Amino acid sequence: MRNLFRFIRRYHFFFLFLLLQVVALLFTLSSQHFHQAHLFHSSNTLVGHVYQTYNQVSGYMHLREVNQQLLDENMRLLERQRENFLITDQQVFEHQDSVFRRRYSYLNAGVINKSVNRRNNYLTLNKGRLHGIEPDMGVITGNGVAGIVMHVSDNFSSVMSLLHSDMMVSVKIGKNDHIGTLQWEGGDYRRTVMSYIPPHVDLSVGDSIFTSGHSLVFPENVFVGTIEDWEIRRGENFFTATVKLAIDHNKLSLVYVVKNLMREEQEELESAAPGGIQF
Amino acid sequence: MSRRKLFLMFAGLVLLQVLILNNVYMGGFINPQLYVLFVLILPFDIRGWHLLLLAFFLGLVIDVFEDSLAIHAAATVMLAFARPYMLKLLTGKQPDDAGDVPSFRTLGTMTLFTYALSLILLHHMVLFFLEAFHFRDVTATLMRVVLSGGLTLLFVIIGFALFNRPSAKR
Repeated sequence: MRNLFRFIRRYHFFFLFLLLQVVALLFTLSSQHFHQAHLFHSSNTLVGHVYQTYNQVSGYMHLREVNQQLLDENMRLLERQRENFLITDQQVFEHQDSVFRRRYSYLNAGVINKSVNRRNNYLTLNKGRLHGIEPDMGVITGNGVAGIVMHVSDNFSSVMSLLHSDMMVSVKIGKNDHIGTLQWEGGDYRRTVMSYIPPHVDLSVGDSIFTSGHSLVFPENVFVGTIEDWEIRRGENFFTATVKLAIDHNKLSLVYVVKNLMREEQEELESAAPGGIQF
Repeated sequence: MSRRKLFLMFAGLVLLQVLILNNVYMGGFINPQLYVLFVLILPFDIRGWHLLLLAFFLGLVIDVFEDSLAIHAAATVMLAFARPYMLKLLTGKQPDDAGDVPSFRTLGTMTLFTYALSLILLHHMVLFFLEAFHFRDVTATLMRVVLSGGLTLLFVIIGFALFNRPSAKR
């Protein structure tokens, strides 16, 4: 026993290295088991405040652009208002009618930290549990999908960006409703890849891609981007299309967090079915 | 180096890394990791376990900011582990002046370059391969290692020049 201690002491540098390295690797490899450890995510309060403070200063630089985006978005919403349309059919339903039940509600939040240059990118938002944000809520902007909430603290939340290798979004081609899966393959943050499009589907450059609504996270018809190019990859039987994203992830500043009010009901029903459900 | 100076440098490098360097977009490939300068510049006579624990903690802080699990911790601990061996290999023996830190003066320009470059490459290798998590796009990942490593080296050398001016010596 004494010899063992002496041995460990003699090579303590190596053993400590081994220990720390094993801890780090375990933590990295078994990330799923640490989802509750808020200390280790950017939603933790100290880190959140650092980003928040920095953002209060640097945020001013983008105000002009953000205002322009908000104006554009307001304009699109105005266009959709009922008052713009002449009602020709008397048998229309009002939105307040009891046949409509609200499925999604929205919260706005500010992005206080983001990255686009890593393989797995994250956002940090300046709102958290106290504001009603919960894990697995969708995050969108006026014109695109931004990510999914992963962790929340009282005042902050960290979001898995669309630019993350684990992030798969079910999307559809606007003109013919064919479904595919969107997953970022790294590199250019302005482009991503939509795969599993059946090869008989007619594609053209500029086709719009929307969320399919086949998920618990994003509503249907959130604009994602446009098709730029497509190919059949070696060994595959499907089209893989390059999609130009509508939002510039490097300039995200204001986002909406989507709350699916019927999530639990749907989840309960679908949990009876085998197989996973993608976002 | 005094404790206070060490602490300031730690905090300064972390903030510089997470607030400035991580937000500069350079082709999607290049992300310099200047914070490793902290481990590179620690005194020659620092105890082994201090070195390892400081490196682990530094990496973990960066990880928390970046939401990157513990990949920076793993890479930085690897760097800290290799550091004494690299110093021994390059200088043959421990420098006489015990309190000294690695610098242009104590190591000489060429040795300092080799020292920084080799450890930075090791660190980036661990970091970017852990981040990619597979060996599929080996060339892309290697590109990131080399390009980011080059830029990190540049920043680190500038850092050495700034931190170790003769007038700034304590």
